[in-house]
Amino acid sequence: MRDVAIIGVGLTQFGENWDQSIRDLFAEAALKAMESAKIEKVDSLYVGSMSSGLYAYQEHLGSLMADYVGQIGVPAVRIESACSSGGQAVRMGFLDVASGMHDIVLVGGVEKMWDVEDGTFVLATAADQEYEVYNGVTFPGLYAMMARVYMERYGLTREELAQVPIKNHKHGVNNPYAQFPFEIDLKAVLSSSMVADPLRLLDCSPITDGAACVILCPLERAKEFTDKFVKIRAVGSASGPIAFHDHKDLTRLDAVKLAGERAYKMAGLKPEDIDFVEVHDCFSIAEILVAEELGFFDYGTAGKAIAEGQATYGGKIVINPSGGLKAKGHPVGATGVAQIVEAYLQLTGQAGKRQVSNARFGMTQNMGGSGGSCVVHILEAM
Amino acid sequence: MAISQRYTREIPHRYRLEAQKFPSGFVSLPRRYVDPISGSREFEKIRLSGKGTILSYTIIYVSADQFKLLTPYAVAVIETDEGARVTAMMTDTNFEDLKIGARVEFVFRKIMEEGASGIINYGYKAKIIK
Repeated sequence: MRDVAIIGVGLTQFGENWDQSIRDLFAEAALKAMESAKIEKVDSLYVGSMSSGLYAYQEHLGSLMADYVGQIGVPAVRIESACSSGGQAVRMGFLDVASGMHDIVLVGGVEKMWDVEDGTFVLATAADQEYEVYNGVTFPGLYAMMARVYMERYGLTREELAQVPIKNHKHGVNNPYAQFPFEIDLKAVLSSSMVADPLRLLDCSPITDGAACVILCPLERAKEFTDKFVKIRAVGSASGPIAFHDHKDLTRLDAVKLAGERAYKMAGLKPEDIDFVEVHDCFSIAEILVAEELGFFDYGTAGKAIAEGQATYGGKIVINPSGGLKAKGHPVGATGVAQIVEAYLQLTGQAGKRQVSNARFGMTQNMGGSGGSCVVHILEAM
Repeated sequence: MAISQRYTREIPHRYRLEAQKFPSGFVSLPRRYVDPISGSREFEKIRLSGKGTILSYTIIYVSADQFKLLTPYAVAVIETDEGARVTAMMTDTNFEDLKIGARVEFVFRKIMEEGASGIINYGYKAKIIK
C-alpha cells in the first residue's frame, strides 16, 4: 500500500444555510478544497451522505457532485453508513489512493437537513426500522438509555454529564465555522427542554446544513501541490449490531473499540501517543463512552475525568478542539469529513485560537447509529 | 403508502412473539438466518412467554410525527425470560414505577395508523407487573 496525504481541505459555514441547496453546499466545500490544494482536476470522487433522499429528495450524489464541481467523467459514488458516512467516505478515498488505483481523490461529505420537517424520523432510519423505530424510540432515546445505565452503574451525576457540552461549547467559541460559537453554563443545560429523559436539548447535537471536503494524494507527491499536508497514518473501521438492544453491555460500543484497535495497530501507536481526538459527541453520553472505548480513560471513569477538565487544553488529551458535533454542528454525512478537516488544520498549525500546541498525532472517530458502525483515522503531522 | 405488506410480514413476531433460539443461547425476535454469536444456521422456533425485565428505559418528549400525540411516553429495552432483547413502548405504567430491573409483561396494543387511508398497525407494548 502507498502512504496517503491530505493536501487540501474545504468547509462551509455550519448552520441553517437557507440560501444553499445540497449541491451548493458540496460545491462550496469541494471548490475551496481544490483551491487550497491548487488542483483543478481529480481522478476520483467520493461523497458521504446519510440520507440525501429523505432530507433533500436527491439520490445519485456521485453524479450530481462530479457534474457541479467540473469533474464529469471521473468515477464518482456516494458512501452511506448513517452518521459515519463521511468518515467512511474518507476511508474509501484512502483505499483508492493507497491501492494505487488513483492519485488525486476528492472526498466530501454533505447533509442538507433544514429542508424537511420531520428530521427525527429521518435520523431514526439509522436504527432498526421494524424492531426499534416501530415501537416509538428515537435517536436521543437510544442514547438516553445508554446514559441511564451508565449513570446508575458508575454514579455519574446529571451535573457531571452536563460538563461535556459545556466543554465543547467552550472549544467551539474559537471555531469560525461553528453553528453555535458561544459558551453555555450548567444552568442552561439543566434547564433546557427534555428530549429523552435524562437527555436534554443541550445534550444533543443540532440539526445542521453543511459540507466538508478533503483532497487526497500519494504522500510522495504531496510536495508538488503544497507544503501544508498531513499523512493519514492509519484507518480502522468496524460494524456493530444495528439495534441498540443487541449490545450485550448497554454502556459499551464494541464497534468503536474494534475500529480503534485496528487503527492503533495499523499506526503502531497507543492512546497515550495521541495529542487530540475529534470524537462523535452526537449526545453528551456518546463522548464519554467513546473516550473509554478508544482507551483514553478506563471504563466508568471518563465522565468524571471530562468533568474534571481532563479532556480540554492542559488535560490528559484534548477532546473535540473544534467544538465537536455539539457546538460545531452535525450535518450528518459531512461530520466525519469535517473531523478530518479539523485534524488537518490542527496538524498543519492552522487552527488559530483553538490550536493544540505541538500536536503530532490527531485522531478522528466517526460513528453511525447507536454504535452500528464506526471509523477511526489517525493523522500525522509532517 | 403501500407499506401494508411490510407490516404483514412481521405479524408472527409482533402478534404472537414468535422467536428463534440459536445454539449459542442467542434468542432473536426478528427473523434471522445466522446466529450472530456462533454463526450457526440452526435454530429452534420458540414463542416468548411475554415476561421480562427492564435493562434501561427513557421517556420520550420529542418524537417522530407518527407518535406525537402520545408524548411524553416511555420506551424500554427489555430482556425477556428466554433471553431475547426487545425494544418496546411502555403502556399502562406510571413513569415513577419505571426502574432498571423492573419486571414487565408484553400486551397486545395498537401502535400507530398509516395516515388517513392506511391500515392500523398493532404490536406489543410492555407494562410493569406490580
